[in-house]
Amino acid sequence: MPDKLAKRAALATPPKLAHKIRGLSDRAIAWIFIAPTIFLLLAVNIFPLIWTIRLSLTNFRTNRPNNAVEFVGIENYRKILTDADTWTSLQATAHFLIWTIVLQVLIGFTLAYLINKKFRGNDLWTTLIVLPMMLSPAVVGNFWTFLYQPQIGLFNYFISFLTGADPASFSMIGEVALAPWAIVIVDTWMWTPFVMLICLAGLRSIPSSIYEAAECDRASKWRQFWTITLPMALPFLMLAVLFRGIENFKMFDLVVQLTGGGPGSTTQLTSIDLKREAFEKWRTGYASAYAVILFVTVFGLASIYVKALNKVKDR
Amino acid sequence: MTNFIKGLLRLRRGPWEMLATILIALGVFMLMQPFALVLFTYSFIVTLIGTVMFIIVSHFPE
Repeated sequence: MPDKLAKRAALATPPKLAHKIRGLSDRAIAWIFIAPTIFLLLAVNIFPLIWTIRLSLTNFRTNRPNNAVEFVGIENYRKILTDADTWTSLQATAHFLIWTIVLQVLIGFTLAYLINKKFRGNDLWTTLIVLPMMLSPAVVGNFWTFLYQPQIGLFNYFISFLTGADPASFSMIGEVALAPWAIVIVDTWMWTPFVMLICLAGLRSIPSSIYEAAECDRASKWRQFWTITLPMALPFLMLAVLFRGIENFKMFDLVVQLTGGGPGSTTQLTSIDLKREAFEKWRTGYASAYAVILFVTVFGLASIYVKALNKVKDR
Repeated sequence: MTNFIKGLLRLRRGPWEMLATILIALGVFMLMQPFALVLFTYSFIVTLIGTVMFIIVSHFPE
């Protein structure tokens, strides 16, 4: 059958082209196939990276293209790494990153564990839980702004129902102490389903024969969870943490829509700070150095994480 | 500990990767910690050394 197909393909190829192809080695043909991908990778990823590193060593400003561009060495890096405001925005990012990942993993894994049990309406619940993930961050940001309204917001009424506090006495996105938690809650609400789906894939990949063997050995449910379920679902869980970690490190749209980085700079994450430096203050060289610092951080973290992931998979 | 140092001296991948990983983790902690600005100042260089080291030593023999 493959021979027939090959003959038909050979007959369908124009003679001139067939002659040219016949003269090419396997290696050359392989290069012809991968060259477009390599070219795209160089043009879209590698070239901008090199250009950014180059810009980070200059005082270039995009809004003054006719000004002389001076080489300033590591001055931009020195300024960023001694700036208390940048330090504050990195702390805000750390708070956001740690709490969203912890909550999403805990709630996502619990939901996946429950959904994995066969019960009536299982599919309907899965669809309902996954809904927030399908919404646009702009839409989510807008309607959570309404939910957080002190006068008419349902969230405030829900909290007042639980605690007895006056709903108008606190503003989730207007108070310095509450705003960082407001963005954590919204991101957790939106992206927990994503973690749940990955965990669910992990849980469903565990063969039932292992549980049957454990039942025969009279292992308790608790023991089965710690010695079978969790270790076998761990690579999936780690993958979910990697995806959410990288995504949340560069979180922008949802937070801009919700708080705009405020009140003050309480929720000004690094991506918002970077955008302000690059497109409001137009300090392109400085913003490029900032981007390089964030890139190296994410790249370093991703490297050790992928190594850990491979170790867990090999185990 | 002795094995770790021997591995470093013999340019083995395991201990060098471990060292690079510690440097990256330390750098990221220094970048985001809320305790001292001086740690923040030196965080990037620590992360950069760790990351470059990780790329290089991942080509070392096991």
